[in-house]
Amino acid sequence: MPLVLASLFPIITLSLYVSGVALVIATAIGVPFGAGLALRPVPGKTLIVLLIYTGMGLPPVVVGLFVYLLLSRAGPLGWLNWLFTPPAMIAAQVIIALPLVVGLTMSAVQSVDPALRLQVRSLGATPAQVMWTVLAESRPGVVAAILAAFGGIISEVGAVMLVGGNIEGSTRVLTTAIVLETRKGNFELALALGGALLALAFFSNLLLVRLSGRRAN
Amino acid sequence: MRRLNQFNLILVLTLLLAACAAPATVAPPQRLRLATTTSTADSGLLDAILPDFESQFNANVEVIAVGTGQALELGTNGDVDVVLVHSRAREDEFVANGDGLNRLEVMYNDFVIVGPKDDPAGIAGLATAKEAFARIAETKSQFVSRGDDSGTHAKEKSIWKLAEIDPATDSGWYFSIGQGMGETLLFADEKGAYTISDRGTWLSQKEELPNLEVAVGGASIDENKDKGLLNPYGVIPVNLDKHAGVNFELATQFANWITSVETQQMIANYGKDKFGQPLFYPSSDAWKVAHP
Repeated sequence: MPLVLASLFPIITLSLYVSGVALVIATAIGVPFGAGLALRPVPGKTLIVLLIYTGMGLPPVVVGLFVYLLLSRAGPLGWLNWLFTPPAMIAAQVIIALPLVVGLTMSAVQSVDPALRLQVRSLGATPAQVMWTVLAESRPGVVAAILAAFGGIISEVGAVMLVGGNIEGSTRVLTTAIVLETRKGNFELALALGGALLALAFFSNLLLVRLSGRRAN
Repeated sequence: MRRLNQFNLILVLTLLLAACAAPATVAPPQRLRLATTTSTADSGLLDAILPDFESQFNANVEVIAVGTGQALELGTNGDVDVVLVHSRAREDEFVANGDGLNRLEVMYNDFVIVGPKDDPAGIAGLATAKEAFARIAETKSQFVSRGDDSGTHAKEKSIWKLAEIDPATDSGWYFSIGQGMGETLLFADEKGAYTISDRGTWLSQKEELPNLEVAVGGASIDENKDKGLLNPYGVIPVNLDKHAGVNFELATQFANWITSVETQQMIANYGKDKFGQPLFYPSSDAWKVAHP
């Protein structure tokens, strides 16, 4: 069955949906967490930072395996009935994206001049306000963190294949479709899908940069 | 200056080559690239028989285990020397296009339909796959398809055609997942769905699939009442005339070796001790002559 344009559309939409939602969740948790780690004295910080940096190199397929075992019928979260559905794919991608967002946000925030923090605090800012000001100041770095995470999850195939199942019409995304077409021997189509993925990543990044980078220069 | 450098380089390389060649009394092993399906590699058959070929012909066999579609495409691009696959129609096409030469029959096993133990479609013990598929569709019981243009997928599609059913992926019961046999069986086990599998992969994975059992095809190939479920494998050397650079000589030696009575005997024995039955049954011309 050749992949026609009409069947391509849901694949692209699902890719965007899964990675988009995962990115929003990872950002909502990861940016404050990364900033907090950078700004506050946290006990065991060295270990936490080490773990996060290690997590940045976590192979997606290992995350997939972990989520698979959790969500399997025999696993502890089997009752959720999430296996082979988009929520399972989102869960896996959040785990992949989180260390990237946290780690890169942390280093971006750390590189802001500490004098700024002192100054803002001396002007009577609350801790939340301090965090917000520093975050605003390190915006290019934080945006880079989010972009790196997006690049990581939109292009990963190991986890979504395992926990999504690559079901035609329900959990097939661009990367799993590329693997499938390659395995079928449809190299041209696989390449075309790769092009579609690149274009998608390019325009998503453009959008993100535009949305957040107005003040970056 | 430049010419001098080149000269020096050539001199050094020549000396190096001479140094390497001098003490070696045996020629370095030849490389044979074999594209095959995951079923032959995953079952462990190749690991069991290839060392014999490698020592006999002083060769190093590089196995690329992929779906039948990709295996043949690798041959079509001249990226491998020989293919060992199971999808008769596509094999014939491969030879007809001039990409391969001299397809030889190697062995066969069979397909089984496996499904959940409570058998919601009520197909256990049916004689033919066609009837079973018809009943699965009728009861809208869940069915997982490889959906990857593999030999197994081709067989599955031919059965749907036979039953005059066109399973649609939006029907809610038919899942086309585009993955390998192992993943597809795991998926069926998780979902409580039916699927079609080659018996070898089923036997080797059965332990990890607590919710599944054979519904059609019986416990061994002799109990399989549907001869349409037989699954023949062929070996095809890639055509040297079309793809310069392939090792046609060694590929032909490989084809002759795997169809020889001795290798066929190894194939016949493989898996007996572990599964109580062979995973593959020899069927080359030489074997048939020796065992009429």
